Amino acid sequence: MRLPGPLREFGLPRILIAVFLVVLFAVAVATHMDLRGLISDSIVRVGRNGILVLALLPAIQGGIGLNFGLPLGIICGLVGAVISLNAGVHGIWGIAMAAGIGVTLAVPVGAGYGWLLNRTRGQEMMVGTYLGFAIVSMMSVFWLLAPFKNPTLVWAIGGRGLRTTLSLGGIYDKVLDRWLQFSIAGVEIPGGTILVFFVLCFLVWLFFRTRMGISISAARSSTQFARAAGISDQRTRVQATVLSTVLAAIGIVVFSQSYGFVQLYTAPLLMAFPAIACILIGGASVTRATIGHVLVGTFLFQSILTVALPVTSQVIQGDISETARLIIQNGMILYALTRVVRT
Amino acid sequence: MTSSTAGPPALELRSIIKEYEQNRVLKGVSLTVRQGEIHALVGENGAGKSTLMNILFGMPVIWETGGYEGEVLLGGAPARFHSPAEAMEAGIGMVHQEFMLLPGFRVAENIKLNREPTLPNPASRLLGNKLESLDVRRMRADARRALDAVGLGIDEWIRVAGLPVGHMQFIEIAREVDKERLKLLIFDEPTAVLTETDAEKLLEIMRGLASKGHAILFITHRLDEVLAVADRITVLRDGEVVGTPDPKTTTVVRIAELMVGRPAAVKAARRFFAPTTEPAMGIESLSVDMPGERVDDVTLAVRRGEILGIGGLAGHGKLGIANGVMGLYPAWGRVIFGEKLFPLNEPREALQRGLAFVSEDRRGVGLLPEESIELNIALSALEAQGRFLHSSPIPALQLLNHRAMRAHALEMIQALDIRTTGPSQQVRRLSGGNQQKVCVARAMTLRPKLLFVSEPTRGIDVGAKQLVLEVLTALNRDQEVTLVVTSSELAELRAICDRVAIVYRGKIAAILPPDASDAAFGLAMAGESAQAA
Repeated sequence: MRLPGPLREFGLPRILIAVFLVVLFAVAVATHMDLRGLISDSIVRVGRNGILVLALLPAIQGGIGLNFGLPLGIICGLVGAVISLNAGVHGIWGIAMAAGIGVTLAVPVGAGYGWLLNRTRGQEMMVGTYLGFAIVSMMSVFWLLAPFKNPTLVWAIGGRGLRTTLSLGGIYDKVLDRWLQFSIAGVEIPGGTILVFFVLCFLVWLFFRTRMGISISAARSSTQFARAAGISDQRTRVQATVLSTVLAAIGIVVFSQSYGFVQLYTAPLLMAFPAIACILIGGASVTRATIGHVLVGTFLFQSILTVALPVTSQVIQGDISETARLIIQNGMILYALTRVVRT
Repeated sequence: MTSSTAGPPALELRSIIKEYEQNRVLKGVSLTVRQGEIHALVGENGAGKSTLMNILFGMPVIWETGGYEGEVLLGGAPARFHSPAEAMEAGIGMVHQEFMLLPGFRVAENIKLNREPTLPNPASRLLGNKLESLDVRRMRADARRALDAVGLGIDEWIRVAGLPVGHMQFIEIAREVDKERLKLLIFDEPTAVLTETDAEKLLEIMRGLASKGHAILFITHRLDEVLAVADRITVLRDGEVVGTPDPKTTTVVRIAELMVGRPAAVKAARRFFAPTTEPAMGIESLSVDMPGERVDDVTLAVRRGEILGIGGLAGHGKLGIANGVMGLYPAWGRVIFGEKLFPLNEPREALQRGLAFVSEDRRGVGLLPEESIELNIALSALEAQGRFLHSSPIPALQLLNHRAMRAHALEMIQALDIRTTGPSQQVRRLSGGNQQKVCVARAMTLRPKLLFVSEPTRGIDVGAKQLVLEVLTALNRDQEVTLVVTSSELAELRAICDRVAIVYRGKIAAILPPDASDAAFGLAMAGESAQAA
């Protein structure tokens, strides 16, 4: 089937997902659900997950493909968050400290990860997945043995080892969400989180217009061309990986403040998958992604997750939203992998 | 010579015509290969040999581009192959340039692969003959016979992995010879990877196979080999048969002349900027490891202000020189540029020191096809020289100066007459000639002192060829850029160059003035420099 021009540009998968979303919203209206609340929740989730999706963009543009090793950066951010909580820093400064420490850790971690990916060229996605799994398990040991003493963080009994879920209530729970919060026609918008997301999108967009950014995309497009232009593609790939890891560290801190909890142990294990589904639904491929893909994809995927649960429980007895999520998420990843052009 | 034993025709091609998108690459080619005879097919790159082989072998690329006209007769019966499997089934055997052997398998297993003699067993009686056991004894016997036929004395039961290159080539031949229905054996550049002794031996085996009645089609660039074994010679040029010299009476020079052809009507503006004798670049003992285009110990002086041509037959290393100096393939030796020692294997250094390169591999090395014209033009200068950027305290984070890039692109589009809808158009949407102009524009943007240009007119139409050559001579004349032009088309080198160096087997065979005789160029291309001088 051939679609007319502008629609073809948008892509069949996106059209199907968008139609699905519209149908969900229509059912929500027909069954007199709280539409404003649903839209508001959708936007909250966009802000919460957006930076993690954005973190995938430098990796794709740098020629690494889908960064299944996102948990590496996420763990850096979590370590930052736990240190800031242990020190008892509240409010925006707590978030800043968590992100700052996370970024500081993410730079060397990303560089090491990039080095590894350079040695395993052609299998980046597989290596990233398993490295992520390995590191998450290793860090589970760390969370248990790390010398954190703050009684709000460690298990009440025995006084050793961090809890699996740390509440941010009264520390920096929803600090960004509430900052600059406003409402349009009764729809609550978490201004601060959305602003941070947009600002980071803009900075990444700007980065790919700098000398370093241009050489990263050029090396992705053609290794031979890059060599002839004096670009070392080994170096640009490491740069792209570092940027991706850094953004993941910031992303998880923003995610946690919006969610209200810091989740440790195996929580980061599968976090790359929904983010990857988002950017793919937005229209990115394994070799090309834009900020537009990040924005559209995050909105479509997160809205479906938000709306599907209440709507489906209204229409049919029982909950198929988790099933729908897994079908869409993994189906999308599978679809994207079938489109990889072997060179 | 075995012509006395020549029998009925094994293969007949009758007026084969093939077009790729209205570009006629075969213009009515006819030839006949008889049983018991070696027929040599020679021609420059782009002459149409590969297309002819693709037709004979039923390669999908032929059918995807609209098939061909003309007739193929195999053993007297008309044949039209739609896949390589059909062609093999019908009795065409091919000895490839790259070996198609399974390294972990034994020699006999490789020879009999997918044609194994089998014996029934209980399982196969129940479940079909796919499960029959291998008849190892017959396999070994058949393989032994085939190996003996090609004079290879190795054990048929050892594994292929680790055998010398020459042996692998002979195993390939043995496999083809073993096929019962073999009607025609094609050797495509079989000696390219062999040592001289192995090549000698191979030619001997070819003669032996022919004397046993096999028909052989022999494709090669090595003209001395052609004269040594061929019973008949067909020379292709630009998709046409330009000659069928008799191997008994012809010479290497005559064949080379036929292959290269007379200077075409390429007119380039005469130049007013007189070349000097002072050196621009001194290349001493340069060796380059470029697959298929190896350079072996070349010494060459480029004079400031000249246009130096580098010619020679394909595979002899003419392309390796520019690629080696620019650092795109591993190179050794000493290069002096601007009176300083020039670092090899450092592409970035090369650009920063005032060299530029228009690559022969336009789509791979030359362009980012998905990107805009303006970015393609600016990119090398942006990377290597930091131009088209806003200033910033951190050099790596300098922002692209879009306005400067656009202005420069517009200038170049006008100067080189690039036909486009605008500077933001994707490069892959341009025609070949206009893509080449974008490559030249990028090189010019680097403001080089010395510019290497490889195959400037490959794959572009005649009108655009003229324009590209004019742009190059203008660059040399008006901006005093020293040019080193590498090309398969001798005619265009002779039209625009001050001197033409001919490369033979990785070495400079001769440096000739552009108005030297055809015979002198022919001799140099055939490696007989002593006589040329």
